Amino acid sequence: MERLMENDALRGRLLVALTALIGVGVMFWAAATLEFFQIFQLTEFLILAILAISLAFIWGHGGILCFGQAAFFGLGGYAYALLALNDFDTGGALFLGVAIAGGFAALLGYFMFYGRLSDVYMGVVTLSVTLIFQKLMNSTAGSAYTVGKARLGGFNGIPSVPTLSSPAEPAMPLMPEQLYFVAFGALILVYLLLGLMTHSSFGRAAAAVRENETRAELIGYDVRRIKLVTFAIGGAVAGLAGALMASQRAFIDPNAFGLVLSAQALIWVIVGGLGTLVGPILGCIALQYLSLWLSEGQFRVMGAALDNNLVLGVILMTMVLAVPKGLAPTIRDGVLWLWRRARPSSDAPSAPAAAGERA
Amino acid sequence: MTTTPIIEARNLVMRFGGVVAVNDVSLSVADGELRCLIGPNGAGKSTFFKCLTGQLTPTSGEVLFDGKPITGLKSHEIARLRVGIKTQVPNLFNGLTARENVWLAARRNHVDRAAGKLAEAVMERFGVAALAKRVVGELAHGQRQLVELACVLAGEPRLILLDEPAAGMTDEEVERITTVIREINRTTALVVVEHDMQFIRQIARTVTVFHQGAVLVEDHVDAVLSNPMVRDVYLGKKAA
Repeated sequence: MERLMENDALRGRLLVALTALIGVGVMFWAAATLEFFQIFQLTEFLILAILAISLAFIWGHGGILCFGQAAFFGLGGYAYALLALNDFDTGGALFLGVAIAGGFAALLGYFMFYGRLSDVYMGVVTLSVTLIFQKLMNSTAGSAYTVGKARLGGFNGIPSVPTLSSPAEPAMPLMPEQLYFVAFGALILVYLLLGLMTHSSFGRAAAAVRENETRAELIGYDVRRIKLVTFAIGGAVAGLAGALMASQRAFIDPNAFGLVLSAQALIWVIVGGLGTLVGPILGCIALQYLSLWLSEGQFRVMGAALDNNLVLGVILMTMVLAVPKGLAPTIRDGVLWLWRRARPSSDAPSAPAAAGERA
Repeated sequence: MTTTPIIEARNLVMRFGGVVAVNDVSLSVADGELRCLIGPNGAGKSTFFKCLTGQLTPTSGEVLFDGKPITGLKSHEIARLRVGIKTQVPNLFNGLTARENVWLAARRNHVDRAAGKLAEAVMERFGVAALAKRVVGELAHGQRQLVELACVLAGEPRLILLDEPAAGMTDEEVERITTVIREINRTTALVVVEHDMQFIRQIARTVTVFHQGAVLVEDHVDAVLSNPMVRDVYLGKKAA
């Protein structure tokens, strides 16, 4: 049995590596087939997918419900914008954006977890924090609000944020095609790291905490520390998404802290599949394409274009009611079911055992 | 064998507002001993237990594990000193398999490979190896109790605290758990909180009786069960 246990972990890691490899394939395939503007669009969706996977890790794997994932996204974005505008090396600004978002998540997490806040209050606190940031940044419109050379700009946001440049040629901003590879590469790397982490000892301990905090504590796991580390990692990843987005759009405004973005992240995770990492990535990109298609206004009901939020709302409700596990786990179960049906004779006796096992 | 008690409580008091749940309890359990705590509902047994495990911080008094003070330590710190705890309500990782549950406990003191071996051995010992791949949330109550015991044992504790291990079990399962507890006691000290007198009679030597937050009697099991004071407490008769 100890072999089985090791095999489980090994199989999990292999699966993560294989998925990442498929991701690399998709990255090059899409780069070769898509038009320039499509690449440009996809880059934004990929960055949002990094936000999705950050929440997938915190909530789906760590069991910490965070209603304010945008807080870390916005912090990362603003940190990148302000540093880059003050002639910081863009790579350094990106790194610091990630560190600041992660550091803030650690601080916030410290008060929440060591203060033993219950789930509901944690939701309220994270939600309030992101709204406070949004309000705060909205009120910085005057010329007095500057950080070095950069004006905060209030609700108008910060324009002309420098684009990421290669460390080899700091003066040359990356081209959109190159930014596409940076965003896709970052997404794959983040997926790989988080995926391997979920199959590590720490990841298993985090899953134990998600399942039952009391039991985890009584067998000697420091529950609060584990939650803090999970939360800080998720915050840092969300900060990475924010910083990349500020570079991609060359712009950031207080909507980066908005409730809309936090809510969208939750929807991506629910639709994609809570408890998986790939699901929320797919959920995010699929829903973004759907929104894009709807906003083009070609799809009409009785002559009127459908409201985007209305459709998203209907999709969310349908998913929660009809496909509660989310896309990725449902597809996986479906494939496994077909696989078993295709070879009924060899698998029939072991079916009950297999049913209890989760991939 | 040392003469230092494996666990000792000195003048332990636990107050909740105006209610004194544990009132000046001193208790000492020798290494290798099997001690039972009994008493009617609300006598303060579970609260006393939670003070020992760090789930509650006592209002005053001291707890010593192997001669070292552990009062005020957090649950996970006490657990790491190799104190195994089974709570009253079955307390497991319901979404994980039985194997994962036991492995997680073993993993605290061992690297992955050794933890797997230990988990396997412990599950064999409790006759739950067949349940290894089952998700714990789907198991029957008695099976869950056994898996939880396996979990506790996988932490290789020096002392085990069991809160009502026989609660809600069938006669057959109680019999099995009696055997298991006796077997565990060959190597490990145990403190068991129980209600079931039949069960107590089978496993216990020394019994401590709680009543209204304090220790009423502490004696050999036969003496305790024939003690008129204890009967009065359980039957609610006024002491004559």
